[in-house]
Amino acid sequence: MAEPILSVRGLETFFRPDEGIVRAVDGASFDLHPGQTLGIVGESGCGKSVTARSILRIVDRPGRVESGEILLRRADGQVVDIAKLDAKSALLRDIRGGEVGYVFQEPMSSLSAYHTIGNQLMEAIRLHRDVSKADARARAIELLRMVGIPRPEQRVDSYSFELSGGLRQRVMIALALAAEPRVLIADEPTTALDVTTQAQILDLIRRIQRERNLAVILITHDMGVIAEMADTVAVMYLGKVVETGPVDTIFHAPRHPYTQALLRSIPSVLATPLSRLATIAGSIPHPYARPPGCPFHPRCESFIAGTCDAGAPPVTGLAADHEVRCFLYDDAGTRRA
Amino acid sequence: MVTYILQRLALAFLTVWAISVVSFVIIQLPPGDFVDTYITNLSASGSAVRAEEAQALRQQYGLDQPIWVQYWKWIVRVVRGDFGMSMEWGRPVIEVIGDRLWLTIVISIAAIIVTWGIALPIGIYSAVRQYSIADYIFTFVGFVGLAVPNFLLALIIMYFGFKLFDLNIGGLFSAEYQLAPWSWGKVWDLLKHLPLPAFILALAGTAQLIRIMRANLLDELRRPYVTTARARGLAEWRVITKYPVRAALNPFASTIGYLLPFVVSGSIVVSLVLSLPTVGPLLLRSLIAQDMFLAGTIVLLLGVLTVIGTFISDLILMWIDPRIRAGMHG
Repeated sequence: MAEPILSVRGLETFFRPDEGIVRAVDGASFDLHPGQTLGIVGESGCGKSVTARSILRIVDRPGRVESGEILLRRADGQVVDIAKLDAKSALLRDIRGGEVGYVFQEPMSSLSAYHTIGNQLMEAIRLHRDVSKADARARAIELLRMVGIPRPEQRVDSYSFELSGGLRQRVMIALALAAEPRVLIADEPTTALDVTTQAQILDLIRRIQRERNLAVILITHDMGVIAEMADTVAVMYLGKVVETGPVDTIFHAPRHPYTQALLRSIPSVLATPLSRLATIAGSIPHPYARPPGCPFHPRCESFIAGTCDAGAPPVTGLAADHEVRCFLYDDAGTRRA
Repeated sequence: MVTYILQRLALAFLTVWAISVVSFVIIQLPPGDFVDTYITNLSASGSAVRAEEAQALRQQYGLDQPIWVQYWKWIVRVVRGDFGMSMEWGRPVIEVIGDRLWLTIVISIAAIIVTWGIALPIGIYSAVRQYSIADYIFTFVGFVGLAVPNFLLALIIMYFGFKLFDLNIGGLFSAEYQLAPWSWGKVWDLLKHLPLPAFILALAGTAQLIRIMRANLLDELRRPYVTTARARGLAEWRVITKYPVRAALNPFASTIGYLLPFVVSGSIVVSLVLSLPTVGPLLLRSLIAQDMFLAGTIVLLLGVLTVIGTFISDLILMWIDPRIRAGMHG
């Protein structure tokens, strides 16, 4: 496979409030290839969003990227480590929006109510392209048309609160794509929307991805969205990527007990009527009370006493592109016991 | 939009009417009528008033008629610009107030500009650099400023001005312009005297405004649209000034209306100390002397100015807040 456009290695993003330390992202690694979609999946609070925000270095204080590498291959072939850039550097600002676009979770509050959609779109365009105001406006209208907003010539002058949730999310996508980035991060882009609109937004992202050969990181807690959209999947639990692999492998041959449990807890229309839906026992531990060893061991069905609660499991390669972080598999990738 | 403005205008007139009723009640409050007081005053100074003269006065002011007729006669005269006689000064109220009303407005606006000029940048800085050393210093100074009464500050500044620089800080005019008619020289003289009293008056509001601006902006800085702006590659200071500051400033537009009476009532003691020719001390004196036509007129004028201020702030809000404009269509 070709060189990845984005490669995250051992990313650690910690929050250090007065009460202690929260390891929101605790050694996450994954690769993203042009034209491909990487799905990051996990329960609420597992560090998906913080991982995505770390890539653009827009984690809210007191969060901070502590270590690891975020290697971005720029259009000219140069590789930049975003994690090492100065927070105020012009290069980092070029990357934000210019190389990596970001679609946020809440289309309601992610747009300014005091500025027109066109104003915000033109701002994004003119930050990264040297164009006149008139050209930027024409381009803004073009973007709105591309994301399927009816009557874009008029909508460009409207305010976000005059649009429905679905239209707002389309505007957010237009905003993220304004400067033609090569990577798009979509952070739960459909969570706040109803099911019909969800499908439309996902179709839109897929269509644009094909047209522009975009590399997409899709963050969601919805396995159904992953199945539909992703080429590769990274499953996260408490700040760690516990399993990565091609989408087919993850769905048909999951190895990590957490991935297996997640898949069992999806409702299916083929299930026996009146049977109980499987759930994962327990709940996510409090961030200040991380279990020692493998963070999943208190909820794990295959828990090995004396091993899982003693040390952190190593990453095991099962196939070329399938990795799991679990004691159940030995170096050769075969299941123990 | 026109409907909205007309609606506001109608409400403004209704409020002005209510204020005029209150002012009239204030004028009527002392026992006896105005002519009684007038006669008493004149007898006190030795000259007697004949019964026919008293009767003529009563008729002129409609004092022998029901209260609403009296109100009607009074308000008609007020609309024509005749606010009645000041008992204490023995001159028409309008002459007594004279330039003081305009000087009050000028000094209030100057104080407001100084307040905003100092408080808003500091408030923004304190919010953006929350818990920094400078934030703590501003907070400390701000609270001290909040606790120290203005007149004390005025006295201290006057004392040091006199002691160290041999300056007489009081008043708004130099001696030669005190009674002179208006000219460019007098205006220039006023502008030279304005900054210090404006500064002293401004300090009280400044501390409060710093706190409000800081709190407003801290709220806005946490909103997702700020992160969105950052994520499209906008420089940090542009992110802050264009988006959250814009939102945090919005509530201030609605306070313009009551800033004027706030400055007037808050500045009476300072005006006395600095001998500023504003309506504050005049109102205080007229109330002590039970000079009800003067007091009623000042209350009426301040009330009307407040209504005008509120109307202006409504228009400004409409201009700066797209959500209000949108609300007017639907």
